[in-house]
Amino acid sequence: MSGDFHFQPEDRPRLDSKYLLRWEKSQDAYVLLYPEGVIKLNATAAEILKRCTGETTAANIAAELKALFVDNADIENSIYKFLEVTHGKGWIRR
Amino acid sequence: MAKDGSAVSLDGQGKPMWLVLELTYRCPLKCVWCNNPLDFDQYGKKELSTEEWKRILREGRELGALQLGFSGGEPMLRDDLEELVEEAERLGYYTNLITSGVGLTPERLKALKQAGLKQIQLSLQSANRSLTDELVGARAHDLKIEVARMIKAEGFPMVLNVPVFRQNIDQVDEILALAEDIGVDYLELANIQYYNWALLNRDELLPTREQIERAEAAVIAARQRPGQQMTIYFVIPDYYETRPKACMNGWGTIHLTIAPDGAALPCQEVRVIEGLEFPTVREHSLDWLWNDSPLFKKFRGDEWMKEPCRTCDEKEKDFGGCRCQAFLLTGDATNTDPACAKSPHHHVIEMAVNKAREKHHVPRPLVRRQIGAVTTVFMEHK
Repeated sequence: MSGDFHFQPEDRPRLDSKYLLRWEKSQDAYVLLYPEGVIKLNATAAEILKRCTGETTAANIAAELKALFVDNADIENSIYKFLEVTHGKGWIRR
Repeated sequence: MAKDGSAVSLDGQGKPMWLVLELTYRCPLKCVWCNNPLDFDQYGKKELSTEEWKRILREGRELGALQLGFSGGEPMLRDDLEELVEEAERLGYYTNLITSGVGLTPERLKALKQAGLKQIQLSLQSANRSLTDELVGARAHDLKIEVARMIKAEGFPMVLNVPVFRQNIDQVDEILALAEDIGVDYLELANIQYYNWALLNRDELLPTREQIERAEAAVIAARQRPGQQMTIYFVIPDYYETRPKACMNGWGTIHLTIAPDGAALPCQEVRVIEGLEFPTVREHSLDWLWNDSPLFKKFRGDEWMKEPCRTCDEKEKDFGGCRCQAFLLTGDATNTDPACAKSPHHHVIEMAVNKAREKHHVPRPLVRRQIGAVTTVFMEHK
């Protein structure tokens, strides 16, 4: 849970088993459900977490997101940052 | 049970995101801090049927409910629990079971897993057999530990909920060690809130400030231990805060509780407030109860507020605190929660706090939650 944890490009992040990611029609958004909690995700967060299956590398997640959100040139850095922050929150594992 | 500290990062946008079904008030334990009504035994004959609960589940999803708690009493006393979990899963809820562990046999645990149950919150009162058994009025400690290990072996995420008060708060280190050994995911050390049975016993249960400070220090040390996997929550009692809790995240904003008899409630304790009507799902749709019933409209928003809340710049943050506590301790549910230091009634909280630290405190027996322990017939009621 320390702040200086870094994901490497070859790491394959996966959603922690306590968390459930799914589309919620009533919120018109993806939500993350876990014991006693709900988090509504914005589009970018949802696209990243959908790929945290333990099968896709961080590098591939970044590449796919880059293709998805072409108008954001600096997206790669923010994806690694997002992975690290959500790892700190316990949402994902390496 | 929904608590302060529940991690909600969603504005419900007017939807009852948290639905709690109090399937029954029956319970094999006799906890002296129980938050069920004092006349809990009056509800047995009025309990909803399986089909009625299923209708609530469907209507709840239509209203946008996401998190679902099966609570009580002891929900394991309902034979249809597995069937209700299965239906809830089919409808797309995130299902939580809130249990004392009594009645959670290996067979039923497996059946619940199969039905799709997502998470189990188990209560434990101490790390010590004789203390737990005394506190709950039954031989339950060994069983609870066994159930806790079984839950982890079955692969459920698990919240270990420890209600905290004067008699067990000095055990925080031992409880932390036990929870780590079991492999608990979330440990919730929650100072109890004082309603119903807990309020009856408050003078004996309220810890001192020094006890709370020591417990909190132990929690902070445990959180910083290298390799700590467990998420540890520590909820201090609002009696020791200078601002009230943001009770239920505001009245009728995200929480909807259904009592065993089908009454739709903005919170589990609300029946303590006199002069309100509590319509049930037997006469009304959930939609009407949530959106249009006078009960849910009563304290929604801030129109009802008096001073000092009305002009307070923190009213968006704590919504004036708890309506039930305002009623119970000041006699008027529209008053500021006396836990707030700005409340003109704050002295009633200070008196309770001072009493907790009295050197020559004359101990009184604790009243156990059981039929006949008290009589409620002379209370103006319901």
